[in-house]
Order: sequence, then structure tokens, then C-alpha cells
Amino acid sequence: MKQDLVIVGAGPAGMGAAIEARRAGLSVLVLDEQSAPGGQIYRQVERVTLTETARADRLGPDYAHGAALVREFRDSGAEYLPGAMVWQIEAGKVWYLSGDRAASADAGQILMATGAIERPMTRKGWTLPGVMSAGGVQILLKSSGMIPGADTVLAGSGPLLYLIAGQILAAGGRLQAIVETVPSSRYLAAARHLPAALGTGYLSKGLAMLMGLRRKGVQIYRGVSDLEVTGRDRAEALHFRHKGQAVTLTTSLVVLHEGVIPNQQITRLTECAHDWNPAQDCFEPRTDDWGNASVPGLMIAGDGAGIGGAWAAEAGGRLAGLEAARAAGRIDTTTRDAQAAPLRARLNALIRGRGFLEVLYAPSAPVPKDDATIVCRCEEITAGQIREAVAIGGLGPNQVKSYLRCGMGPCQGRMCGPVVTAIIAEERGVSPDAIGYFRIRPPLKPIPLAAIANAEPGDG
Amino acid sequence: MGSPDVVVIGGGLHGCATALHCARAGLQVELLEREAVGRHASGVNAGGVRQLGRHYSEVPLSVLAMQMWRSIGDLVDDDCGFQPSGQIKVAGTEAHMEANRARVARLQTMGFAHEEVIGADELRALLPALSDGHPGALISRQDGFANPYRTTTAFRRKAQSLGVRIHEGRAATALTRDGAREGGGFRIDTAQGPLRAARVVNCAGAWAGTICAAMGEPVPIRAAAPMMTITAPMAPFVSPVVGFSGAPLSFKQFANGTVMIGGGYSGEADLDTGLTRLRHDRLAVNLRTAMDLFPVMAGARIVRHWAGVEGEMPDAIPVIGPSSTTEGLFHAFGFSAHGFQLGPVVGLLIADLIQQGRSRLNLADFAISRFRTQDET
Repeated sequence: MKQDLVIVGAGPAGMGAAIEARRAGLSVLVLDEQSAPGGQIYRQVERVTLTETARADRLGPDYAHGAALVREFRDSGAEYLPGAMVWQIEAGKVWYLSGDRAASADAGQILMATGAIERPMTRKGWTLPGVMSAGGVQILLKSSGMIPGADTVLAGSGPLLYLIAGQILAAGGRLQAIVETVPSSRYLAAARHLPAALGTGYLSKGLAMLMGLRRKGVQIYRGVSDLEVTGRDRAEALHFRHKGQAVTLTTSLVVLHEGVIPNQQITRLTECAHDWNPAQDCFEPRTDDWGNASVPGLMIAGDGAGIGGAWAAEAGGRLAGLEAARAAGRIDTTTRDAQAAPLRARLNALIRGRGFLEVLYAPSAPVPKDDATIVCRCEEITAGQIREAVAIGGLGPNQVKSYLRCGMGPCQGRMCGPVVTAIIAEERGVSPDAIGYFRIRPPLKPIPLAAIANAEPGDG
Repeated sequence: MGSPDVVVIGGGLHGCATALHCARAGLQVELLEREAVGRHASGVNAGGVRQLGRHYSEVPLSVLAMQMWRSIGDLVDDDCGFQPSGQIKVAGTEAHMEANRARVARLQTMGFAHEEVIGADELRALLPALSDGHPGALISRQDGFANPYRTTTAFRRKAQSLGVRIHEGRAATALTRDGAREGGGFRIDTAQGPLRAARVVNCAGAWAGTICAAMGEPVPIRAAAPMMTITAPMAPFVSPVVGFSGAPLSFKQFANGTVMIGGGYSGEADLDTGLTRLRHDRLAVNLRTAMDLFPVMAGARIVRHWAGVEGEMPDAIPVIGPSSTTEGLFHAFGFSAHGFQLGPVVGLLIADLIQQGRSRLNLADFAISRFRTQDET
């Protein structure tokens, strides 16, 4: 059966869009990889809030809002298919894997709400066991309540770093140190965005987190550079420079994080136009104010369209849901605009408030200086090999990929793509915009061969 | 800088190899590539280095190319990742075996002995992971595979080292006879300004038909997009490249354990954008064939499907040779699914034609005039 709207992803944007589109009478199918709605930010929110009030408390009030949003989504009448991994999108058709079976759904419109991924933290030693991404740690915290060991060091920058530190401590865990790569000059530069940030809640949240960390005796190193993890078979120490001194912290778990960027795999797969955002040092898919992508029939909302956080994602998703209803002829433009007005006001306030965070946590030095640093961990390709491929005439990511196989492994370049683009741009002395990104081919993630061999269109 | 002797249009393997061989013959060469060298068929094909099962017309070229492949490092200073793993075409029925025996006999009358028929026992020994019930196979033991993008890059770099100027991101937009030029020749327009040359070689792959039509010799070329599949690494289970008489298939496992599956099932190609669309219904057929032959594939995981844009002729052999309308213009295109192995040799034959007016191998079967319609003759 053809759906008016198929939504990929049941995070805040996907759920927001589903709720609004259903309210306007559209038939909606939501496909999501997780076993329950919520996305990364509200992962397992139903289970946690229902069964473990204590854990819900330490995950914070935003998490409680997530529970309310999930209830609204559950009640919206959208058809919701958990455990469905979308691996290909064609004109008007979404292919997904449900269990071990490939199926497809026909769609009038398709909304991609697949969120953000962590910026690759390509440092020396980052591929050693005992090095985790902040997102990985957060998944363990949220879904299984696992708490890292007391010698854990968090390193990098971005609000998520402090959020996770706070969550670890609230869960009764300990931390050795936070090692922040934000240059001290950034605090000054960010200060002029303070007035806009006041009142959005971002600041008070941040301050509360910091004070909590200090009380618990967590060492905080600011303005560090030259992060490197060493260890024989696994992480044993984190090295960095701090105030002109070389510092070594002995640790068995290094958590690396350098902010989040839109997960562009799905929007590249669908050949949507992307633009380079120099302030955020990442590509963003091109959308209009309603989430319409450059490809007719495709929409993008949430962090996948540009990083804005959970509240902005939900508002953006709701706007996209209204626009989908308008495009399907269920509501007229006047109705859409009237219903959109409060959402847009909220979204604008959120965007203004984020100026402070964006300047403070602007990414620094995404390009590994050391040639021996592994960039593509699937195929074990180093920064030096990529530089050599450029030197012999590799013009862009796809030539370098064909030549070295970097980005050809099971992750399809999700982990290395931004860094490969950055290295080529630096070597050639041009903007990443001119370099572009890997061509992404289906499947988006590895899937069983037997599933495709036995697939019949419309099995869904 | 003066005008080159030769302008090659198209930076695929055949364009780069033609430029290389012309430069070796002492000619000044420039190459125009609208996107990047190896962007389409040359960079993303299955990499089969195959004499096995060639069209009879192509066999002499393929055999000479194979000699060049065996010492490819001498030609381009890189081994191109060539692995002489052998190629086997599994027979599904006794009728296939009969056809194989007839083919081997005919090749022997032509003076070629690289293909042999093997029975079920030797097949079992060579392909222990093969499913039961296959009566035998056709084999070419010296065949194998190479890395297509690396090969194209090696030809490009060697050509550049011999003085060939390669212009990437520079498309030929029009080709005209240059009346102003003494002794004839061509003007090749590009957005970045025109080039002039005495000779032009059309190596434009799927886009080659535009040039032919402009020069008054239209050809029925079709843009194909042969689809490929690659799996996540698997434990080693097959070493030769495997084909099948019962259904189109090209199947090989690389040293890193990944398995590549092709067979020439075409997706859809868009010549304007250079992009391809997959056809999942056809891919499913291709993958079922692979699973039927190798039951271990039922546990494989697919990492990626892709397709490149290739030019395909209705009689499944390429166009190689001089233009039928225009003195000084030469063609080498229409190699879809069988051009990679011929890479080293076709440019050599074109360089022969340019230098001596005739080539060391007979190219009559590849003449563009075979597509001339009756009312034009």
C-alpha cells in the first residue's frame, strides 16, 4: 500500500513530523532502526521512565519531555515499524530490512530524519581498544545503565562532552579528567553571543554541569592540543599539551568527542545537494524553510539537516509534517502557515541561542597532522596514504576511494568521509565545498545477501 | 606551446593507453577528460583480465593483450594489482559442455590454445566450494583479474611521464574539420578554449556516439550500467574468477576476503549527469545465481552495490579503427563488459594506425562502417 509520507527515523524530528502529518490526515509510515521510538537523544525513554525513575531523573528533564513526545507519537495513528533498517531510497520507494527480510514501501513523500553522527575524532591512537566515542558511552548509559571506570578521561569539545560527564557522575560513576581542546580565545569570541543564549536554557544547563563536575573532583584541562592515545594492545595513556607542558594521564578508557555533524550518508545516497557550512566545518544538505530537499519528493528534518539539538529537531520535524500535508493537498498554505507560526518562533529563538555554543565549540583541527594516523579504520588507510594519492593526481574523495579503498569498507565512509574531504581540501588548497564527498551507494549499512536475493518489491 | 599531433577525447583506460602508446611512438599528445580520469567504466568495472569466452573476432587482440598483461609493469611501472588466478566458466548442462568442446576446437583451428574443457573432477578440485551437479567447465588458466582504477591511474601517470598533457574537467564540446590548417586537421572546442590537432582519437566511452553522429557516421551505441556487488570479508573459499554458462555471472574473491559479484546485469545510466540507478529486480537474479553456485554465499553480507556508465554495441564487439567519413579521426569505444583486459592493446593498434596507416592486427571486424545503413551506401 502506498503511504502519503514515509519517515525514516523516529527521533524528535521524525516523531514531530509524524504527529503533524497524521493530524492533517496523511497516512504515515515511520521506519526506525531502534527497537523503540526516541532516537539517540531519547533512546529507550519509555522503558526508562516507566521502570526506572531514578535513572530517568539523572538523565534530566529533557529526557522527560522525550517521554511525552513519544506518547504523543504513539497516539498519533502513524504506522510505526521498529527494527527497520532503511538501506536504499529510490524515487517514491524506500527499501528496508525488517528482521532478515528485505521489503519496500511506496511513498508519496519521503522524510529523512536520521539525525547526527559524531564528527570523526581522528587522532593518533584513536583506533585502539579502550578508546570510545562519547555517543557510544551514552548508548551504554541509556540502554543498559553501564558506567565507565573511575580512571576514564573525556577528551575533545562540544556540549555533549559535559552532558555525558554529568550523566556518568549522576549515575554514581567517577571520572579522572575532562581534557578540552577548545582554545581559550574561543571563550572570548563566544561571549558576544551570550545575550542571545540567555533564556534559552543552554547556559544555565552548562553552568550547572560544570559546578557538578568540580564538586566531584574531576580534573579539567582547558585549551589543550596534540591529543594522542598510546598503548600496546589497548589504550593505556592519553597525552596532550597543556599550557606549554606535555601532560600524560594513565587511563584505560579514553572517550573522544568533537561535536556532532549531520549524518549525510542517506542524503548523499539520495543525491541531494549539499552545502559546506564553514562555521561548523561540515556539509549540510540543502533545504528550504520547510525541509524540502533539492530532490523533488524528498524532505530532511532534524539534526540531519543541520545541527540544532533535540528541541529544534522536533520543531523542524513538525514544520516538515505540516508542509508534507500541504504538498499532499490536505491543508492549504494559510492553514500550514498559521500552524507553523508558533513552531517557527520557537525554532528561531533556539537558533539564536545556539550561536554561543557554535562559536565556543567550533571544531578545531579536523585534519590529522601525523601521516601515520589511521583515517579509514575499515581498510586501515592512513593520512599519509591519502596525501600521496592526492599528490599523484587524486582530485577528490571518489578518486582517492577508488585508488586506496578508503571508505569502501562496511561503514561506507561514515567514519572517515569528512576527514578524507578535509585532507584533500588542505592538500589542494581549496574549500571542501569544491572537493565534495564520497558517492554513497546502497546498502547504507551491510545487509544479508540472501535478503536482497529473495526481495520482492512491495513486500512491506 | 604548439598544437599537439594527437588529441585523445576521453580519459578512461583506452584513452590513457592510446595517449601512452602514441607518446611512446614520439607523438605530441593531449587528452581531454570531461570529469576525472577513470571516473566511469574504467575505474569501477569488475577488473576481469579475461581471454575466456571472447567473441572470436576479439581473440587475437585479447591474446596479444594477455602477453602485455604478463609484463604490465614493464609498460606502466606498476603491476596494476594483476593476479593470474585463472578464469573458469562453469557448465550447467551437457549441452554447455558440447558447446565448450566445439568452441575449443574452433579456437584451435584459429591457432589458439588458451581455452580448455575440464571435467567434473578437475572442476571439483579447482572449486571445492561449488554446488553439486556441474558436469565440467571451460577454463583459461592464465587469465585473472587486476585493480581497474589502479590500472587506469598507472596508464595515466606513465603517459604523463612521457609528456602527455591530460586535462581533467575539460570536455570536448564540438569537433570540426579545421579549414585554416594546412594539410587538414581538427579544431576541438572546449569551454576553456579550443585545441587544434592533426589527429583525433574518440575514446569517449558511452559518450562516443555524439562524436560519431557529428561526423556523419551515427552508431547504435547504448549506455549500459553493469551492476556490481561487493560483500564484507569472508573466509577464503575461491581463488579463480568464476563465470557460468547457465546465467550471466562474474564472481571473484579478493585477498582481503571480500567477494565481488557481477555479470553484466544493467542498471540505468543517465548520460547527462553521468549517474546510474540500480535495478534491484535484476540484482536479485544476479545474487541468486551466485548463491546457487556457491551455497556459502547464503551467509554473505552485502556492503555495496554500484554501477558505472559503459558504452555497448548491439553486436557486443567494440568499434576500433579509422573513421569512415573523416580523415584523421579514429575510434576506440563500445567495450562494455569486455574492455578492461583489452586496455593495453587497443591503444597500441590505434598508435599503429596513426603512425603507419595500418595496424599489426586486423581490425576489419571492428570497423565503424558495419553500422552504415543500406541507403547510405
